Amino acid sequence: MSTINKSAAQLRATIVGNKLVGQYHQILISVGDLVDKCKPGNFVAISVGGDSSKMILRRAFAISRVAHSNSFGGTMELIVAPHGQGSKWLCAQPEGAVIDLVAPLGSAFGIPTQPVQVLLVGGGYGSAPLFGLAEVLKDRGCKVDMLLGASTAGKIYAPMEGKRSVNSLRIYTEDGSMGIAGKVTDPIPELISDLDVAVIYSCGPMGMLAAISAITQERDVVHQCAVEEAMACGIGICMTCVLPVRDEDNSISMLRSCIDGPVMDGSNVMWDLVGKNPTVTQ
Amino acid sequence: MGPRRQEPHGDTVTSVDFSTTFSNAWFPTPVFTASGCASSGKELAQFFPLKDIGAVVTKSIMNKARLGRATPRMAETPSGMLNSIGLQGPGIDTFIEKDIPWLVEQKARIIVSIAGETIEEYSTLARKLRSVSGISAIEVNISCPNVENRGLVFACDPETSRKVIDGVRRTIGGELPIIAKLSPDVTDIVSIARGVVDAGADGIALINTVLGMVINLSTMRPHLGGKTGGLSGPAIRPIAVRAIYQVHAAIPNIPILGMGGVASGRDAFEMILAGASAVSVGTASFGNPMAIPYIQDELKTLLEEKGFKQMKDAIGYAHRIDEVHE
Repeated sequence: MSTINKSAAQLRATIVGNKLVGQYHQILISVGDLVDKCKPGNFVAISVGGDSSKMILRRAFAISRVAHSNSFGGTMELIVAPHGQGSKWLCAQPEGAVIDLVAPLGSAFGIPTQPVQVLLVGGGYGSAPLFGLAEVLKDRGCKVDMLLGASTAGKIYAPMEGKRSVNSLRIYTEDGSMGIAGKVTDPIPELISDLDVAVIYSCGPMGMLAAISAITQERDVVHQCAVEEAMACGIGICMTCVLPVRDEDNSISMLRSCIDGPVMDGSNVMWDLVGKNPTVTQ
Repeated sequence: MGPRRQEPHGDTVTSVDFSTTFSNAWFPTPVFTASGCASSGKELAQFFPLKDIGAVVTKSIMNKARLGRATPRMAETPSGMLNSIGLQGPGIDTFIEKDIPWLVEQKARIIVSIAGETIEEYSTLARKLRSVSGISAIEVNISCPNVENRGLVFACDPETSRKVIDGVRRTIGGELPIIAKLSPDVTDIVSIARGVVDAGADGIALINTVLGMVINLSTMRPHLGGKTGGLSGPAIRPIAVRAIYQVHAAIPNIPILGMGGVASGRDAFEMILAGASAVSVGTASFGNPMAIPYIQDELKTLLEEKGFKQMKDAIGYAHRIDEVHE
């Protein structure tokens, strides 16, 4: 058998919750024992538009957290921004609707073996999987501080219950409509030295991930980032979601963000080459 | 593992002889992966055993490793998608060393797809594959730009198409069946098909993707990194059915590997009726990793329902109408 996505399964699952949280939909799906295989960082690929849909490709969503509930058994939570046709369709599904999903897919955030200081950085609804991650890190004894940023207040996703797992939570908006005015990356250099941060975990727009990688490059901090690139299949067969990544021997590989990611070592991603023609041969 | 569909009619379904042949290569079922849509095979093996389907057609492999094109590499379109990968791959040597032995271990039937930038590169690839055991056939993907002729796609020119197949045939000898994969972006697909058959192709694969483009309304520029891309999915299925029908009508004794938007057993059956001896499933696997086993089961049921004792009797069955009217 294969070693890729070895926990993944395809199933028809029922939506048991769908509520608006700010500009986002918090969607809860009953997936049974599958929750035991889901780790923070993994994603789910969902068929959209129904059986006769002209949308032939699945949509990928980060799994924000999984839980065992008394009413629905194992549940998976997604935070979805109704931006495109596919995500709008998903956000319009009522409780009780049955959807076709494949999960868990992709790599997961690595959890430190020692109870170290970590910093979680989320951009927009990219913060969603960080709250589930924070719980796991806290259980490991890590000290968890979190920074969330967005262009404006409405795009910040910060549920009340999520704040319990973090030592501190600071919010940054570029227009100053919530929290501190500025970019979420602004305080990172200072925090790294003040708190003695060992690992930064990040999830959000590619520009934010690249900026954090530039900061950690000069410092002794591990940067695990969850990348986002347009993907057709989510299971490693279409070769569309690739990112240029530096190998050990300094050559470049175009790695699939679906199976070699979404969680990657930010120091290996060649951010300057993303979207460019990689002319160097392997 | 995903849910496996129950056989709808139990034992009666398995009574259909589902096997197919391309020259001397035998396959237990007529449903294959499509080149470039199964990666190394390991990715789909998580969802179903590769030995359960007709064959794994590998990604088109070139002589040297390639990084492929810049992202974005895909755009979804109504009932289809554009891709612009640029034949990213490890190169033939690594492929022979790592990918083939793994597929052999899985007991999968293997059709190796090859692609080159020069006529010589195709022959080089054939030479390297000649002594590799465990391969059922070679698919020659000639929908690549010919660097020696202003980047004109081999498959769009009858003469270069013929020369590529002739070179592969001479190098590989008479043992391994050669399937030439043609582009639909030509004026007369039948003349291209005749050319490659004359040059020694044992089968024809129809169709490769259709060249297309999407403009991004935010940037107001072509969306794909490679500007143009190959259109695949149900949107192109009628083009594929037409091409298969035309080529089968002209050269009925040459087996056709049909592909282009097959997403159900019904679609596979349609291509077989048009003249395909087997079908490849590509884009449908992107939307559903279990697509191939599902399609295989549905096709079996359809053949049974239509009263076919063997799949081979349905090949080109749509052409019988012509005979009646003559």
